[in-house]
Amino acid sequence: MKTNTIKRQLAAGVAALALGAMATAANAADNGKYRVGIVTFLSGPAAGPFGIPSANAAKVIVDGLNKGALPAPYNTKGINGAEIEAVVIDEAGGATKQVEEFRNLVQRQKVDAVVGYISSGDCLAIAPVAEELKALTVFYDCGTSRLFTDNTKPTYTFRTGLDAAVDNIGAVRYLAATKPDVTKIAGIQQNYAWGQDSWTDFTESLAKLMPKAKVVESQMPKVFQGQYGAEISALSVKRPQVVHSSFWGGDMEAFVLQANARGLLDDAVALLTCGESALDRFKDQAPNGTIIGARGPFGAFAPDNELNTWFVKAYTDAYGMAPTYPATKMAHAILGLKAAAEKAGGNNGSVPTAEATAAAFKGATFESVSGTAKMARADGHQAVQPISYGTYKYDPKTGKASIENIITFSGECVTPPDGTTSDAWIKAGFPGAVCN
Amino acid sequence: MRLDKTELALVGLAVLLLLGGMVAPGWLIFLVTIALAKALVVQGVVMQMKAGLVSFGQGLFYCVGGYAVGMGGPFLGISAGLVLLAIGVVAAVGLAMVLGLLLTRYREIFFAMLSLAFSMILYGVLVKSQELGSTDGFNVNNWTLLGQTIAGGETATHVVFLLTVVAAAVVAFLLHRYYRSSVGMTCEAIRENEVRVEYLGLSPRWIQYANYVAAAGVSALGGGLTALAAGHVDPDMAYWTTSGEFIFIALLGGTGSVLAPFLAAIVFSLVRTYAIEFVPHAWQMILGFTLLGIVVFLPKGLWSLFTRHRPEAPVVPAAPQKTSTGGAGA
Repeated sequence: MKTNTIKRQLAAGVAALALGAMATAANAADNGKYRVGIVTFLSGPAAGPFGIPSANAAKVIVDGLNKGALPAPYNTKGINGAEIEAVVIDEAGGATKQVEEFRNLVQRQKVDAVVGYISSGDCLAIAPVAEELKALTVFYDCGTSRLFTDNTKPTYTFRTGLDAAVDNIGAVRYLAATKPDVTKIAGIQQNYAWGQDSWTDFTESLAKLMPKAKVVESQMPKVFQGQYGAEISALSVKRPQVVHSSFWGGDMEAFVLQANARGLLDDAVALLTCGESALDRFKDQAPNGTIIGARGPFGAFAPDNELNTWFVKAYTDAYGMAPTYPATKMAHAILGLKAAAEKAGGNNGSVPTAEATAAAFKGATFESVSGTAKMARADGHQAVQPISYGTYKYDPKTGKASIENIITFSGECVTPPDGTTSDAWIKAGFPGAVCN
Repeated sequence: MRLDKTELALVGLAVLLLLGGMVAPGWLIFLVTIALAKALVVQGVVMQMKAGLVSFGQGLFYCVGGYAVGMGGPFLGISAGLVLLAIGVVAAVGLAMVLGLLLTRYREIFFAMLSLAFSMILYGVLVKSQELGSTDGFNVNNWTLLGQTIAGGETATHVVFLLTVVAAAVVAFLLHRYYRSSVGMTCEAIRENEVRVEYLGLSPRWIQYANYVAAAGVSALGGGLTALAAGHVDPDMAYWTTSGEFIFIALLGGTGSVLAPFLAAIVFSLVRTYAIEFVPHAWQMILGFTLLGIVVFLPKGLWSLFTRHRPEAPVVPAAPQKTSTGGAGA
């Protein structure tokens, strides 16, 4: 009998917990603050290199905005005078779960806007739901070219980060500018959508811009493999002059370490499209001259403007290291949102509606930590910004790494015009590209 | 047709859910929809657990069901939701009929590993299919129900909810009858002692086979409904962690009743979503402690909270037999 009572109490406890949780959720909203859902990886392999720096950046920017500490034009408090409240959510767990959590953010936690998403699969799944729920959503990092071709006629969804095709078009343009005589090129990518798409964009751009260069080897190990001995051997025997890789995070660092130790990088130059996120960690493990990118004018490539100076200082003070590109991208997205919400107007201290903010965001030009961004593609929903590449330089005396030989390509030079898919634009030989 | 207590509860709960769906907020409706759809996959796991097999690859059929719904539109030009779901079930059953020939030769860890291997093969194939979006997957949209186009918005959420509740209730009803039938009982007997069942003149292997194939169909239905509700499919559906989640939910609920997986799936979703909300940096730990707590304090799952404490096996299965022979005699 005793176990029975305990069981009954347990059952009642479970039921009470469930009801209690639902009740607390109901009154969490409408507190007059501007609630922003921040969705980024807090666990899993993408958390360390991308998710945590992004979440940290969100905290720095939100705190700074609430204190009114940022330089002009963002020296007003909060968003439209309303205090910002960030609701941070983990992006791990796959697209179905993210759709569920997105609905919870919008309908249960009543956020006014959502900023987030690193995984392209998550962005693709979230976009139609955001439109359906009329929830203002800013994708800050995911790179898939399919975002606005699969979800045509966006109203509430925006992307402040750049299309992944831009990374690879920019990478080829950098090669063409700095190493025009290269003839043997190899690649190593993670075998999933990101790696496959990157390699397609890179090789197709290469065929147009550097027709003399031949692809001598392509390796596609599975994602998060960690050990690349066999792949490095396969690359080495083909004696490439440049090794392109869209690896990111731990995989990228592991590859650079192993390739360097095995001599692949003695003769070949590595071209790492996501290399900047490990700038402070390579130390002497990456050879000088390694070409690295940051998927846009972010991180170490961010321009020397007042906003970025403030951001780098605030971030470094709080976390003891300079912001990497995912951090800058997050700050960039939140500033874009603030600019749009304030352009939408309304009384000071009020929270503008999603409709008004979306209308103001569409086609907007705003100042940011990464320079001036223009929402000039996908009918005013996709940002256009320049992309920079440079070479790695490590100073063993100071223990500091820096980037030199930076070349920046304007947005018009690397971004397909509206109405053209990146794939078609590359194959047509970049018609209408305006390069500096 | 006389309904027993569980069946009455099933009908009652289904009606209650449908009524609740009229007033509940959108997020809760969606959460329950996904939970019930996943619970159908868990039913497939439980069906095999009852027969002594733990499938570590039920995600295979979940994924087949989901991709059938997703691919029906762009590749076959079919937009009727019910037809898409049926295609998923048929595809999964067909696949299970082939795989079952091999898998039902194995037991215990060998079955678990082999089932996991097949789901990972599907995962690998999908990841390498760039035309299907590789790991990014693709969206499922523009489907119809009984000739009506399901436009986005709250209507779609409600329609899928209704569809899922009805499908879950019907499947649960059939499963409950199945578990009480002689074949269903034989499954439990196979788990306890396969050799004795053979001595009874039955073939454990073919019973396992039929059970495996039926479980595949049920799981595929869950996958199809998830795809319709979430509007997106990706290869993660076949990844082993997804299959692990189904086992997690099965253990959480226990095999005590056909209602247990539904309860467990809803509790799991609620615990997870609130863990994510309140402890965003350590929500997995909350889930882990929940399972740990269940294993330690309720080894027969959450369902044991709802059963009266009484002696196990000997009395329960004997009871219906006695009444039936009594009825025949009179």
